[in-house]
Amino acid sequence: MLVAALALVASGCGGGNEKTIKVSAASSLKRAFEAYAKHFDAAQASFGFAGSDELAAQIRQGVKPDVYAAANTKLPDDLYAQGLVEKPVEFAANRLVVAVPNGSTKVRSVDSLARPGLRIAAGAQTVPIGSYTRQVLARLGAAEARAIERNIRSNEPDVAGVVAKIAQGAVDAGFVYVTDVRAAGGRITGIELPDRLQPRIVYGAVVVRGAPHPPQAKQFVNGLRSGAGRRALTQAGFEPAPR
Amino acid sequence: MSTVAFKALLFVTLAAALAFLTLPVAAIFVDVGPGELLSRLDDPASLDALRLSLETSVVALAVILVVGTPAAYLLATRAFRGRAVVLTLIELPLILPPAAAGVGLLAALGPNGIVGPALDSLGIRLPLTTAGVVVALVFVASPFYLRQAIAAFGSLDRTLLEASSTLGAPEQRTFARVAVPLSLPVLATGAALAWGRALGEFGATLMFAGSFRGVTQTAPLAIFELLGTDFDASLALAAVLVGVSGALLLAMKLVGPSEVRFGALR
Repeated sequence: MLVAALALVASGCGGGNEKTIKVSAASSLKRAFEAYAKHFDAAQASFGFAGSDELAAQIRQGVKPDVYAAANTKLPDDLYAQGLVEKPVEFAANRLVVAVPNGSTKVRSVDSLARPGLRIAAGAQTVPIGSYTRQVLARLGAAEARAIERNIRSNEPDVAGVVAKIAQGAVDAGFVYVTDVRAAGGRITGIELPDRLQPRIVYGAVVVRGAPHPPQAKQFVNGLRSGAGRRALTQAGFEPAPR
Repeated sequence: MSTVAFKALLFVTLAAALAFLTLPVAAIFVDVGPGELLSRLDDPASLDALRLSLETSVVALAVILVVGTPAAYLLATRAFRGRAVVLTLIELPLILPPAAAGVGLLAALGPNGIVGPALDSLGIRLPLTTAGVVVALVFVASPFYLRQAIAAFGSLDRTLLEASSTLGAPEQRTFARVAVPLSLPVLATGAALAWGRALGEFGATLMFAGSFRGVTQTAPLAIFELLGTDFDASLALAAVLVGVSGALLLAMKLVGPSEVRFGALR
């Protein structure tokens, strides 16, 4: 009885005979992927959004979503090298911005982030948003980077956490993707980084080996480069992956 | 269903429950050997997290004891209108999802919250500070102590309390010399439960206090962060928390009142 109940829960209670693929995706992809799912015909898509590193760790522990999409190419490449996933597909590019609470005037540029006493939220070093943030800091002067580093008050497990801390006004500024500013719908404002500081941010997606719906998973990943997925990504502010 | 079949069912369900509840805990220690677990703990971030967890949970427990004990005494010894409502409100955080607690704390004490701006003008800022962690811990853990303390004071023999006051002891003396000492085993159990809950707090802490090494990153938050990069180190930290929880439970069984020691069976 219990087993039957668990099986029912595990099957997702999906009505009808339409297949449901599970997609583990970086938090920053939430808006784009949910829009994509509405136009994805091959299957229903159910999403788990979290830090790319946590999702990769789950796959290494044997969890098998049908698709894994990360905010970098390193994590999918590592999983591919370990034989856990099919060949990674680069499907989108993004840009890092400094974001501030809507209406805040405390921060106007990267340089003002170094002011003593300012409060900054960042991603943890283990999650892509955190590692991109450190790349930006590494391109600044050592003294300025240290000063900014000292102002970081929280290392969040994913970019959604950084956005939340900024939107709540718990911090004066934070590093997020430009797409997050758009997705936050006016609660936060983005400040562009100078080109020389901008890291290369490319998203990678993979079909997970041994997952239940390989054809649909492959269609989902392919659709990210052309078709409904591409359109949803563009709509959300993502740029095409570099050729 | 025959009697034999029913008895078999009882045993099978118990075996299933036992296996289900102990397997994940056992796996923490089996997946990686104990020696390997210990060596993984020398990670400075793990040690910082453990120290912070210890500090914040002890401070939170102190606050809970100092404020909770007299408050529980009042609730247990006075009948007044709305007492049932007060009791229910106090117990609410007990079953509140931690995420709801986190949002609630932000809405109340955050920079844009109800009381937050007033605190801010006094120079008190809780989100993203160690004090904020303590606030989150007190919020989620205090009902565990309060419930036990109210039950303890409520079950005291009234004639003892009355005898104390008939003999001329002022109420504060009755409280400190009679009520608290007599209730000590149950109070200790409540304190252990609250401490255990505080040590395990995750969601409300992350949402309200954030995660920063040495400042707000408690052991559960470090377990989560390590999961992404170093599964074994994550396991090692989890093993410590399991060990502490186990020790707390054992201590409760050894010194707690008999109902705690032996279950309800008489």
